[in-house]
Amino acid sequence: MDQSNQQKTGQISGAEIIMRCLHEEKVKFVFGYPGGAVLHIYDALFKQKDFKHILVRHEQAAVHAADAYSRATGEVGVALVTSGPGATNAVTGIATAYMDSVPMVVISGQVPTAAIGMDAFQEVDMVGVTRPCVKHNFLIKDVRDIAITLKKAFYIAASGRPGPVVVDIPKDITAEFAEYSYPKTVEMRSYTPVIKGHSGQIKKAVKILLDAKRPMIYSGGGLVLGDASNELIKLAKALGYPVTNTLMGLGGYPATDKQYVGMLGMHGTFEANNAMQDCDVLLAVGARFDDRVIGNPDHFLSVPRTIIHIDVDPSSISKRVKVDVPIVGHVQSVLGEMNDLLASETKKPDASALKSWWAKIDGWRTKKSLSYDGSSTSIIKPQYVIEKLWEVTKGNAYVTSDVGQHQMWAAQYYKFDKPRRWINSGGLGTMGVGLPYAMGCQLADPKAQVACVTGEGSIQMNIQELSTCKQFHLPIKVILLNNRYLGMVRQWQEFFYENRYSESYMDSLPDFVKLAESYGHVGMDIEKPGDVEGALKDAFAMKDRFVFMNFLTDQKENVFPMVPNGKGLSEMILGSDPNKDDAANEIEG
Amino acid sequence: MKHIISLLMENEAGALSRVAGLFSARGYNIESLTVAPTEDATLSRMTIVTSGSDDVIEQIIKQLNKLVDVVKVLDLNDGRHIERELMLVKVKATGALRDEMKRISDIFRGRIIDVADGSYTIELTGSGSKLDAFLEALDKTVILETVRTGASGIGRGDRILKV
Ligand SMILES: Cc1ncc(C[n+]2csc(CCOP(=O)(O)OP(=O)(O)O)c2C)c(N)n1
Ligand SMILES: [Mg+2]
Repeated sequence: MDQSNQQKTGQISGAEIIMRCLHEEKVKFVFGYPGGAVLHIYDALFKQKDFKHILVRHEQAAVHAADAYSRATGEVGVALVTSGPGATNAVTGIATAYMDSVPMVVISGQVPTAAIGMDAFQEVDMVGVTRPCVKHNFLIKDVRDIAITLKKAFYIAASGRPGPVVVDIPKDITAEFAEYSYPKTVEMRSYTPVIKGHSGQIKKAVKILLDAKRPMIYSGGGLVLGDASNELIKLAKALGYPVTNTLMGLGGYPATDKQYVGMLGMHGTFEANNAMQDCDVLLAVGARFDDRVIGNPDHFLSVPRTIIHIDVDPSSISKRVKVDVPIVGHVQSVLGEMNDLLASETKKPDASALKSWWAKIDGWRTKKSLSYDGSSTSIIKPQYVIEKLWEVTKGNAYVTSDVGQHQMWAAQYYKFDKPRRWINSGGLGTMGVGLPYAMGCQLADPKAQVACVTGEGSIQMNIQELSTCKQFHLPIKVILLNNRYLGMVRQWQEFFYENRYSESYMDSLPDFVKLAESYGHVGMDIEKPGDVEGALKDAFAMKDRFVFMNFLTDQKENVFPMVPNGKGLSEMILGSDPNKDDAANEIEG
Repeated sequence: MKHIISLLMENEAGALSRVAGLFSARGYNIESLTVAPTEDATLSRMTIVTSGSDDVIEQIIKQLNKLVDVVKVLDLNDGRHIERELMLVKVKATGALRDEMKRISDIFRGRIIDVADGSYTIELTGSGSKLDAFLEALDKTVILETVRTGASGIGRGDRILKV
């Protein structure tokens, strides 16, 4: 192949090559923002019709929207940003996707090759800046490498444990010409993700599961990413064992099923956390025993249990908790094999042990750890809003959330029955994701109901996207649980800093209704519990309108149950505990 | 415990910084790190001397394997291996010291590779602990300068790290 600045027959420009590659990858949306280093790319983009470009109002939102598009569909999300500030604005989005293992390709412009290292205008070492928060990254130095590099980028992003890949392309490379051919497949000797699990280990796991007296299934974001929900349901049904999902795994197992014991972890249910602590056999699927899930690892390990861990990423296994039966493989493939083994197995689970285990779990359930005082007729409880949201949307909505108390209430009270419906930043905990996440979901599924559950702190971190929603007519419903506090910060200050509410109060809020209206959206203030349901019905009845719902909620409500930092799963504080606030104070000690 | 980890990686720009970045981001120790191309110009071989509990070493190996550019990783401590390091030491060599330095160098099988009016430069190869022992045998005040390459390692017999 030949490369030059003069176009020869059969050659196209680097920018056009990028368009062709995106077409080959069947990309439907590119979320982006133009600038000097990507002008050639935007010019090529102008001339193509294969995908739609969504012009955001801030590059962070472009990456978040592409990330949510991926979470909702399972496809690779694509974002395009310019060099320098465009690239650094994208970094929070990239790190957010990285922490939650979301497959994405982020194309960033770079200053011309000759200017690299010269502190050129809008130069930043994007490969260096993003190295710790990408699965991999590339700097392209030759127009002839564009196609193969993009092919690798999509392959790496989507295979194995998925993650974001950054492709940094200097401006001159996008203007040069080369022949184009897109490789059908790509092989890399340094990168060969495993798919099938070790069959001996799988057999051993099935045997241990069948011998269990107090079994527990714990599934996480990896199950959702690996599209293994059906396999998990089949397995759980065949065994009759209890299932809990992590924050990232919600919807992986249906929340309304009777074997589901709720979310576990820092704000998990009493039954989920106690069953996790008390079980004798634990099957962990696509979950990583992180600090918000098992609390204090020493406390967790103080009880003996046999742990089986299925994960596509070997480095997730035995990282925080030593496991007995590691199975490295794609969760869908491994669970499928386990189901096949179970089907041909004559041995059945121990029915009488299981019966008494369920009796114990039902005992924990009677604590009703998610109950709250909903008696007031003047103050709206945030939990109530989410319960009604679930009813009004019949449990079918895509629910995105920001980060804070509202996120935990959305996770606790919206019963997700399907995977890829709950879209939140679990790993990085990035305030500001909610609205761009909702954009990604609405574009992925234009007819679907999309609710963005947010706080007045978080929504202001990407509020500029109200304008993008206007431009692209996205009928998102914003459910703002407005408590006039950085609520989650305030809760910790109440519990652990003797009510010193240092900088956690939100003063000078905008009039959200007027703000929404100024973009041509519908705004609603909801101040009374009696109005919640009607307002939600009205909002969702406006199928083609963006509705911003400002719910004035109880300022002092806290998230319960809660496992304080450093404590064990069975040491949780419940909302029904009359001394709950003192209990929290004491714990910090 | 001290471990010598050997790895083969794609000889690409930035590959070294991915490994170095991994160690600093995850708080792993690096005692030394050496890297150079192999007979196959597309591959670099790196030797990392690190220390940590078995769990930490297991994580280090897994995390290294996870790097997209890394082709193969081997913990040399998993089997019999040879470790070698090169050191150059410039020592004071005046008066009586001229004989004294030559004598110590001979004991450690060093070679004097540069002779000047007031100094010798001694070349020494061996395991890290042998080089340490040499430095300990010298009076601190006679050492003018030391430079060490960091360890390289290779498995014994048919333990071979190759793609
Ligand atoms: C970008 C970013 N900055 C700071 C934080 C720390 N933080 C976590 S929750 C929270 C408060 C969020 O307030 P709000 O959006 O009003 O939600 P609420 O907790 O009140 O429901 C803060 C500041 C964060 N997670 N992300
Ligand atoms: Mg708030």
